[in-house]
Amino acid sequence: MSASDDLLSREEPPWLFAVALATTLPHTLHQPAWLSGLAGLLLAWAAWLWQRDQRLPGRWLLLPLAIGGCLAIVAEFGTLFGRDAGVAMLVLFMAMKLLEMRQRRDAIVVVMLGYFLLLTHYFHAQDIPTGLWLLLALWLVTAALIRLHAGRIGPGETLRYAGQIGLQALPLMLVLYLLFPRVGGPLWGLPQDAFQARSGLSESMSPGSIGELVRSGEIAFRVRFDGTPPARPLLYWRGPVLERYDGTSWQVWPQRRPAETIEALGPAIDYETTLEAHGQRWLLALDAAATLPAGATLDGRLSAQLAQPVEARRRFRLSSTPAYRLNRHEQPATLTANLALPPTGNPHTLALAARWRDEEKSPSGIVDRALRHFRNEPFHYTLQPPLLGRDAIDDFLFRSRRGFCEHYAAAFVVLMRAAGVPARVVTGYQGGEFNPLDGYLVVRQSEAHAWSEVWLAERGWVRVDPTAAVAPERIERGIAEALPAGEPLPLFIQRHADWLRGMRHRWEALNNAWNQRVIGFDAQRQRQLLADLGLPDADWRTLAIALSLAGAAALALIAALALRRQHRQPPALRLWLRAQRRIGVHCAPGETPLALAARLRRSDPASAEAFDPVVRLFLLARYAPTPNLYLAALRAAVARLPRRRSA
Amino acid sequence: MRRFDALHRWLFRWRSDGTAAIVLDRRRIYILPSRSGLLFAAALVVMLLGAINYNLALGHALVFLLAGIGMVGMVHGFRNLHGLRLTPGRCAPVFAGETAEFELLVDNPRPLARRMLVFAADPGHPATLTVDGRQQAKIAIPVPSRRRGWLVLPRVRLSTRYPLGLFTAWSYLQPEMRCLVYARPLATPLPEASASAAPGSGAGNGGQEDFAGFRRRQPADPLRHVAWKASARDGGQRPLLVKQFAGGSETELALAWQAADPAQDDETRIAILTGWVLEAARRQLHYSLALPGVTIPAASGEAHCRRCLEALALLP
Repeated sequence: MSASDDLLSREEPPWLFAVALATTLPHTLHQPAWLSGLAGLLLAWAAWLWQRDQRLPGRWLLLPLAIGGCLAIVAEFGTLFGRDAGVAMLVLFMAMKLLEMRQRRDAIVVVMLGYFLLLTHYFHAQDIPTGLWLLLALWLVTAALIRLHAGRIGPGETLRYAGQIGLQALPLMLVLYLLFPRVGGPLWGLPQDAFQARSGLSESMSPGSIGELVRSGEIAFRVRFDGTPPARPLLYWRGPVLERYDGTSWQVWPQRRPAETIEALGPAIDYETTLEAHGQRWLLALDAAATLPAGATLDGRLSAQLAQPVEARRRFRLSSTPAYRLNRHEQPATLTANLALPPTGNPHTLALAARWRDEEKSPSGIVDRALRHFRNEPFHYTLQPPLLGRDAIDDFLFRSRRGFCEHYAAAFVVLMRAAGVPARVVTGYQGGEFNPLDGYLVVRQSEAHAWSEVWLAERGWVRVDPTAAVAPERIERGIAEALPAGEPLPLFIQRHADWLRGMRHRWEALNNAWNQRVIGFDAQRQRQLLADLGLPDADWRTLAIALSLAGAAALALIAALALRRQHRQPPALRLWLRAQRRIGVHCAPGETPLALAARLRRSDPASAEAFDPVVRLFLLARYAPTPNLYLAALRAAVARLPRRRSA
Repeated sequence: MRRFDALHRWLFRWRSDGTAAIVLDRRRIYILPSRSGLLFAAALVVMLLGAINYNLALGHALVFLLAGIGMVGMVHGFRNLHGLRLTPGRCAPVFAGETAEFELLVDNPRPLARRMLVFAADPGHPATLTVDGRQQAKIAIPVPSRRRGWLVLPRVRLSTRYPLGLFTAWSYLQPEMRCLVYARPLATPLPEASASAAPGSGAGNGGQEDFAGFRRRQPADPLRHVAWKASARDGGQRPLLVKQFAGGSETELALAWQAADPAQDDETRIAILTGWVLEAARRQLHYSLALPGVTIPAASGEAHCRRCLEALALLP
């Protein structure tokens, strides 16, 4: 191409401004404000220069700007590399390139940067709105690329053509998406900034920590049961077990424990759980976990743990036995640890426990006594408990009597330990909500819960939920039913929002389908798909062959679509041929329509009467200066022709 | 080397007598990624690695969709050339140093517009053409001329990067077309017109002073010599008449090889003669041209001028 062709025309830069805007705008949500401001200013400057038709700034101005921008990025992120700094560099380059956009080459670089920037949005979200927005942006970027190579072409046609190319690319995309060999896990070490802070259970519990979590309507995990799901009161999803109490907070005992012995008392339930990223290693299995996925182990306290923290949505297959006995023969060291209390504090609680120990004959009697106490005394279940003093348990049991599951679990465990019954706090989730549309059980952060376990001779560790004694609705029907009105629950899970609930079910089922089918399509699902297609145990070679075959088929389909000939004859000619078929004559080679009409008048005068106007109109429709005027009349005349006699 | 030339001819020949139309079929069209296509592919590979490393399902989808778009762009780029009918057209003579323009008629039988067809002769500037659906258009392929004589159209590369610029589809055309290149004229004063009544040139044929009657107009006679009044008599039944003059300075300009400065080399003498022919034609003189081996009797008019220029251009 000659030099003049390589310069951008006047109409082209706005497309590239739009590309830059569409691909960098969503990053303003995540990047430092100064970068958004700088990029916005540079874009506005480029657009202003274009509007005034003025020269772009020279190197002497752009070079210091670029160096300054890079320095600012180093100051902000501490590096020029890594994920976020890299994205910031791309945004900066994109904005600066607009001020250097003289030739077609430069514009093509802008388009390529745009494509690249599209990918970086997925670091932050892969949900449906992001997908839709980026599909629109992809359309725009492709249209800009077409605009750069199509000469003079209108914006409508450009967009239409880009859409057509995108649609034709879909079969190939599908083939690649389904058959391209998927690699699980990172190729190289992920930088530290790859993950954001996540909400979820922590490994310690202090008053208010679970209450904080409950205010979030975020989804913690979704479960699909293979058979009938267990009853709601059995849905205890176990997270960390907290055994160490220092007077204010409960912590995980870091010591390793020998493997637990679990006796199943009933059939196992198979299910598949899809964990949202929570940044920790807890698998949150239903009590009691029977079989675990590869890579997961039990920690000796029946809490399932993964080898790696869950930093992205992951799917596991598990099975559990809701009726079980855990560690009927427990290590003496463990029992001692679960009897320990801080040396001082909570004298009233200790006194109450001592009285119960004297009055009751058996540990199970003490447990019943405590539950009776919670049920009969005026305890309230609320998310907004008053502040507790230094002797928090005393304060709660004898003064405020208002609290949340963590208060009840903590107070109960302290009472048990003081009465000589080994006990510990278990955190996790309780319950969940079935989405009637897709049958998934959705467990939210608002279902976070804390309960207790006591160790009884011959029965092992037994789950006791003191919250159930105070607010049975919490376990039977969920937190929204158990809390009094006016508690600060997320809008979505409040009791009287039925219309919202319907919409939410729909939206979440859609999201779940998206997550399971589209986002969750991984190496394992790929193998499953190939097995369903009759290719069990597919290795990469099978995949490569399948991919080549399907890719070639998709490409052939594209080529067939693009190169198909349009054999359509002109409408007048089509009608003329139809007229001949209809009365059963054939225009011989070299015979003019008028000659055919004359022949017909001799051989078949009856048909000729109707045929004459057809000939006249056909000649007009074919050769008159304004042929389209006669098409309708010709069509009508052909329709009036008598049908061919069935000879 | 000869074998290579044969192969080259076989691959790229017009496959017709050089004047009939050719249709670009798939055997004539080549397609390869362009530089931006390679950049695009490299970007896709990096994006794919990123999508794998960060386990981005939608990143995979984006990369695959872009790969699909690239492939569709390839097919559409091929389609932009496929089925075009090219017919060699005319080429007007030029003077050496000017740019010859070889005309090709491009016929697009399909309903889709063919955009950004770039025609480039081997040495020469590219020319770009867009042909709308079911339309024809003419493209003039510029080729610079250097020497007088026949300029044969070199191999023409018809290429396109439409629609995405990621692939270049191209085809080689070698129609048998040539263009006459006149010698570059050199402006020098005309030689003296010999005021001779040359035998055989007709009595008083070229004079301009004394009226000697009418004669029938020849196509070479300038219109301003037509005797309109005389021609219009008898109700316009007469042919167009031209006044004839006799006597005086009936002039005939004899442009002869010997008249051009013999001290100069042949090419310069041809340039001088060319300049004279042009000047004589401009003044609408009656002139003859005598060259070694070629003699053109005196006449005037555009056709005569062209004949003289051609004779000069083709001198060995």
